[in-house]
Amino acid sequence: MTGPVLDLRAVAVEREGRRLVEGMSLGVARGELVALMGPSGSGKTSVLRAVAGLDPFVSGEIEVGGVRLVAGARARRDLLASLYRQVGIVFQFHNLFENLTALENVCLAPVRTRGVAPADAVRRAQELLASLGVAARAGAYPHELSGGEAQRVAIARALAMDPPLLLMDEPTASLDAGRRGELAATLRSLAGQGRALLVATHDAGFVGECRARVVTIDAPDSRGGRL
Amino acid sequence: MRQYGLGRLGLSLLAPYLLTATSAAVAQSADELVWGGDAEGGAPFVSADPDDTSRVVGFEVDVAELMARGLGRRARFVQSGFTTLDAAVSRGDFDIALSGLEDLPGRRSRLAVTIPYYEFEEKLTVRGADRERFRSLADLAGRRVATLGATLAAELLEQAERDHGVVPVLYEDDVHPYSDLALGRVDAVVLDQVLADKAMRRETGLVTQPGALAVGHYVGVLAPDDTELRDRIDAILRAAMGDGTLERIFRSYGMWNEATARLYERASRAGSAGLAAGTSGADGAVGADETETPVEAGSSRPSGRPGTIESTKRYLPRLLQAAAITITLSCLAMALAVALGIVIASGRVYGPRSLRMLLTGIVEVIRGTPLLLQLFVIYFGLASVIRLPAFIAALLGLGLNYAAYESEIYRGALEAVPKGQLDAARTLGLTDRQILRFVRGPQAFRLALAPMTNDFIALLKDSSLVSVITVVELTKQASIFASDIGSWVVPGLLCAVMYLAMSLPLARLARRIETGWRRG
Repeated sequence: MTGPVLDLRAVAVEREGRRLVEGMSLGVARGELVALMGPSGSGKTSVLRAVAGLDPFVSGEIEVGGVRLVAGARARRDLLASLYRQVGIVFQFHNLFENLTALENVCLAPVRTRGVAPADAVRRAQELLASLGVAARAGAYPHELSGGEAQRVAIARALAMDPPLLLMDEPTASLDAGRRGELAATLRSLAGQGRALLVATHDAGFVGECRARVVTIDAPDSRGGRL
Repeated sequence: MRQYGLGRLGLSLLAPYLLTATSAAVAQSADELVWGGDAEGGAPFVSADPDDTSRVVGFEVDVAELMARGLGRRARFVQSGFTTLDAAVSRGDFDIALSGLEDLPGRRSRLAVTIPYYEFEEKLTVRGADRERFRSLADLAGRRVATLGATLAAELLEQAERDHGVVPVLYEDDVHPYSDLALGRVDAVVLDQVLADKAMRRETGLVTQPGALAVGHYVGVLAPDDTELRDRIDAILRAAMGDGTLERIFRSYGMWNEATARLYERASRAGSAGLAAGTSGADGAVGADETETPVEAGSSRPSGRPGTIESTKRYLPRLLQAAAITITLSCLAMALAVALGIVIASGRVYGPRSLRMLLTGIVEVIRGTPLLLQLFVIYFGLASVIRLPAFIAALLGLGLNYAAYESEIYRGALEAVPKGQLDAARTLGLTDRQILRFVRGPQAFRLALAPMTNDFIALLKDSSLVSVITVVELTKQASIFASDIGSWVVPGLLCAVMYLAMSLPLARLARRIETGWRRG
């Protein structure tokens, strides 16, 4: 295994002026599935958003696949463009584009940002949707999907960009127990394919099913450890 | 005569308006002669007294006081729009209307009209360079000839359109026909001598051709059932013609002429039998002698006047043509408003602070000033810099005005797209422009569709304002129709049906799109 895909060094994050995470260091290697655990409001989502370049962080350093984010400022556009070749994120509420079908959601970015031919993008999107069990819902709009279906489409959308690192925020929030097991299997499979995964969750049962390495945040300090 | 020039919209005119604005609703007392006129008409008709703007002055004021004295009453002025004077007197807002009102057959057929007290000639005015070229209406085939709407001159031009292919351009005031003639927007103006003389003192480079296109008369207008008061006023006018009082009034305004002197001679000869009045037409040749078409004062409907059904048949093609202008203008103006609105909204959402402030300022100025004023500025105000054709000026005025409102709708809609959608798009590597085009814009458009539909329907109706810059759209054409037949019932109904026929399908289309989106 080479160096970590994600490397957090002494990172501190704040939200609305309140320090949530202090001095957090964490590495996630290729093929590794890491669960970021902690109570609600402990800063799990804020860490993911900082890694995804959506919010600035206060101090420390974040490196994703060789793209280095510095503390205190929003990343430059060109840096973000490089970052989004390395990282994909699946949000807690999926954030599928409401004006597009499931298939269009998955195809949009590869066609528009990577220059993939539309026919190739559609073929790849159909494969991804099929592998996640939602091929039959390709023509549905987000509001027509169940929570589990929407989440799998969101995963397919992130995977269509083939990022080495996949971030997931509270992936079990809208799933029943059966779906939770399926999702855990999917994540294990993705890790098995060599992808690095960082999953923010407070669902210990799910983490057990994922067989993930656990990092716990006890705001304001965070400590790493293996479950 | 109605005058709508911006220069006339000064504070000096506000005082008499404010004083009289509510007076129409006030019961008329027996010791008053309440008379209606349009102080926007300006000198020498009725205008605010420069020394005391709560008063009005003009020959009509003197004529009204003459009538009031004769009746043993006090004259009280009530302001009313020029084009609505007939309707206002008919519904009893005042006893008599006096405002350079012409003795037109249509007017005489539906209202009680006094004997004429002033005779004028309709004059053709052209640019100095065209003095030899345009000597009659027949010389103006295919040319734009301006006049004031709802006047004898407008009727003359309507006839000249049929006979010679002249293109009539109707204004709502008597100032801009001449200023537009000087600017080259029109090739001639036909208006009465009083207005032509007034314009000659104001404009340079124009020439009023000698001779008359037609002869007309000013009269007082009363409600149709008010014939008893009309007869008493007629007697007062005859006496004032005989004892020289009216002559003194018109001399004091520099308006006395031989034609009016002859009119008064005929009045004295006619005595109590009535006075030959009315309007003489000419075939458009300057220099045609006046040929009186006698109409007995107070006589009932003259024969040969088409009925409502006949008039409706006659006006229907014009109404349809005007409706086409309305819908074309509205669609183009809305397209412009949407395009500009998107640009402004994008600038306000994505632009740097300085651009946002600039665009906010522009939006507030446009939203904070009346559309009517903007139309005036674009068409008349900018005329010395750029002479926009009326339709283009109307398109720009409506488009710019509505762009300000559209931009606010789009800005609100863009900001209403959930942040999570934008975060998701960013983390997929889409640029701001791509996010706007593929995610934020389409979602914002869904949110904006309902208010946009409302705006388009509002614009469709607001397009009626462009008649002030000579575009004859649906409402204006219906107004001309109504003025001709003396009733708003059929023209109003037809006009409403046409507006609904244009707006309802649009509202339905918008609902279908919305329903489709909800389903999809």
